[in-house]
Amino acid sequence: MSDDVPMPIRQLCTFAVDGLLFGVDVIHVQEVIRSQEMTPVPLAPKVISGLINLRGQIVTALDMRVRLGMAPRPDDQLPTNVVLRHAEGVLSLLVDEIGDVVEVDAAAFEVPPDTLPPSSRAIIDGVYKLKPQLLLLLNTDRAVRVEMHSELKRIDNG
Amino acid sequence: MINDEATKEFLIESHEGLDQLDREFVALEQDPSARDRIATIFRTVHTIKGTSGFLGYSKLEALTHAGESLLVLLREGSLSLTPSMTSALLVLVDKVRQSLRSIEDHGRESDDAHADLLATLTALRSAPATEQLVAKADVKADKAPVKAENRVIQEPAPREPEVRPPAAVKNEPRAAPSPSVEPAASSSSAVSDGNVRVDVGLLDKLMNLVGELVLARNQILQFGAGNEELAFVGASQRLNLITTELQEQVMRTRMQPIGNVWTKLPRVVRDLAIACGKQVRVEMVGKTTELDRTIIEAIKDPLTHIVRNAVDHGVEMPDVRAAAGKPRTGTLTLRAYHEGGQVNIEIHDDGAGLNLDRIRAKAVERNLVTADRLERMTEYELMQLVFLPGFSTAAQVTNVSGRGVGMDVVKTNIERIGGSVDLSSRFGAGTTLKIRIPLTLAIVPALVVVSAGQRYAIPQTNLLELVRLEGEEARTSVEMVYGAPVFRLRGQLLPLVYLSRALGLGDVKGDSSGATDASLTVNIVVLQANEGQIGLVVDEVRDTEEIVVKPLGKELKGIQVFAGATIMGDGRVALILDVVGLAHHVGVDARSRERAASVRVALNSEAGVSAANRRQTLLLFRIRENATMAIPLSMVARIEEFPRDRLEKAGDSNVVQYRGEVLPLIDLSQRGAAGGALASSLIPIIVYSEGARSVGFIVDGILDVVEEVVVIERCTSQAGILGSVVVQGKVTDMLDVENVIRSQAPWFYQVAAA
Repeated sequence: MSDDVPMPIRQLCTFAVDGLLFGVDVIHVQEVIRSQEMTPVPLAPKVISGLINLRGQIVTALDMRVRLGMAPRPDDQLPTNVVLRHAEGVLSLLVDEIGDVVEVDAAAFEVPPDTLPPSSRAIIDGVYKLKPQLLLLLNTDRAVRVEMHSELKRIDNG
Repeated sequence: MINDEATKEFLIESHEGLDQLDREFVALEQDPSARDRIATIFRTVHTIKGTSGFLGYSKLEALTHAGESLLVLLREGSLSLTPSMTSALLVLVDKVRQSLRSIEDHGRESDDAHADLLATLTALRSAPATEQLVAKADVKADKAPVKAENRVIQEPAPREPEVRPPAAVKNEPRAAPSPSVEPAASSSSAVSDGNVRVDVGLLDKLMNLVGELVLARNQILQFGAGNEELAFVGASQRLNLITTELQEQVMRTRMQPIGNVWTKLPRVVRDLAIACGKQVRVEMVGKTTELDRTIIEAIKDPLTHIVRNAVDHGVEMPDVRAAAGKPRTGTLTLRAYHEGGQVNIEIHDDGAGLNLDRIRAKAVERNLVTADRLERMTEYELMQLVFLPGFSTAAQVTNVSGRGVGMDVVKTNIERIGGSVDLSSRFGAGTTLKIRIPLTLAIVPALVVVSAGQRYAIPQTNLLELVRLEGEEARTSVEMVYGAPVFRLRGQLLPLVYLSRALGLGDVKGDSSGATDASLTVNIVVLQANEGQIGLVVDEVRDTEEIVVKPLGKELKGIQVFAGATIMGDGRVALILDVVGLAHHVGVDARSRERAASVRVALNSEAGVSAANRRQTLLLFRIRENATMAIPLSMVARIEEFPRDRLEKAGDSNVVQYRGEVLPLIDLSQRGAAGGALASSLIPIIVYSEGARSVGFIVDGILDVVEEVVVIERCTSQAGILGSVVVQGKVTDMLDVENVIRSQAPWFYQVAAA
């Protein structure tokens, strides 16, 4: 029943980035793996942290700290890969720490506050007002769209 | 667009059947009495007819039915095959193909009722047997086979264009199929029992999985190395062997015999030959040579183009051939074989060969090469000109070729997949095109280099050579031209690209031009990028290894410098450099160079190859009565003969007026024995040029041009002789051109320096 009707109860995979709690729909998450050896890609947009070898498949990793416009991750802190499936393949989001899978109620949902910085606002669909902490719902489709993002960056820089 | 399984199956089967028909028809034409071929053709047509009727494609059914009816008569022997019948039946094959395509694209038949063709086929069925002779003569006169259908309609007074066959014959084809076709159908299904059609996507997935298995195997092996447990070591070794074998076998599933692409060629040749009024036979050697399917796809069009070229330009008209003492029928030979991990494909015709004079004229007319440069070109260099864009030697533009889009496209397409094209030709004896392509694009040999701490793989097809500069050399050899680093590689300027800088990784070790470090080394990887060369400076050169090419995600496709990525033995990812993209990125773009320059570079790289093979073409000449000497033909600008009385004196040296200028002469034959050298009235002179200056060597006779493996042995201290080579079993002195000029005409180089 809940399959057909979207929303009322969603299962979100949660993770922390720079102290904030984010969530993505579990159906998009292929797996969560610990930090992997990373091969940087020169000339790529800054958000692309590099390439990892996921059992023979080469997967691009995006640094969520860069994506969300946050301070760079301290060197001694190893990121965790949240591997997402999307329309064009597989991508990995580099996050600080992985959290639980939580069930959220539509009743606790609210659109994101207007005061969010524009870089984050575009990829955050809304906020779930959970007990200990707010949970920011990430729009996976937009979060992984790098080309547009990098182009904007280039225009900003230029 | 086609969701219906039955229709899809029908389309696949029919296309296969039609390809086979093309081949059978051409074979049949050469041996019209081969009943079994007619039977095969009949079965194929019958199958298509049956299925199209079943699926409700009535026009297709009517069409194939008409063809079938004609074929029945042929199979029974009540009619014998005439060229006009073959043409009509081939048109039928084309029409069926069109219909199939229409079904594939639009889900329904085209509206064309094929009335003309139906009438033709019907008419042919009742044609008197004597038509055979008439038709034969006609086909020769009438160059377009497609027109055959119109002509035949007029000849044997067409009745109404009826679809139905005459009553007398009608019953037979109806009755005949069932007994004869049934056993045939079952026998052909027996063949297909051994084969399964597999989706290509599935094969690719299998290939990926095997790649993962290989990596897992590598890790297990590493564990095994430190393990004492015998059972574990045994099991891991078994795993090792099985994985290797599995990898090979899965690779093989992606391979297809080259015969699959060749299938279409006999038909192409036949149609074209008739259109040009020529006679051409196709021979194929090595049909079963296997290639990766992606490569098969990529060479299909270039191959067709080459074959068309060979028939159109290469093979002469039958009468011309007969006059030249060749058989009237030309032979086009396709040969494929494996060699050194690559596949070689040769397309040889025994036609007229390349006409060098015409190439010269064309090159000048099209302004592709300067006249000066043209003069100094060797035969081989001239032939390579046909690969330039806008070049075509066909005297007139035919509908087949000669529009100037041609060999350059062929070359580009072959090079795009990491292959190379080579052309050799002998005037009057034929032309051979040799294509060399890698076996597969999925796994390529690559050189692994390190820059700024990261490994990068460079596909070996782009790799020309490696240069390592150490110490003093490293400091002084890299020169700057307006801030752009260059290196002199055997006298040619090689633009240098620092990989770390090109990748935006900043200056690192060995990179700064003001380096003072004594242990400094510079590693230059010389690469072929399009038409030009670049020297890529890297920190370290590792090994070459076979890498599995994997595509980059969509988010990285925009970076032209990388062609993909691969997983190295330690499980880490390394990026594969796209050499052409890299050259483009750093602005070493071949398109900005002159065409002539591009030829030169291509030729230089060829010279490098021949140097490696040490095969050289030598000009043999005689000085004095019996001393034979040799000079590399590539150093000879031209050979002239002057009457003795035209030799003049300028100062103390001989000169001759040559093309409005004064050509200084060096008398080789005078060295040693003075007299008698100028006794003959015509004096042969070998002209050597450098830049705008020329000098002529007076010799006593031109002997021969030979191709030899040149190994120069220094067994003389005589000035002007480089050493000795063995030519045709005889020791021959090699002229040291530079030294002779230095001693006899020192001004030659002094002017050059000034």
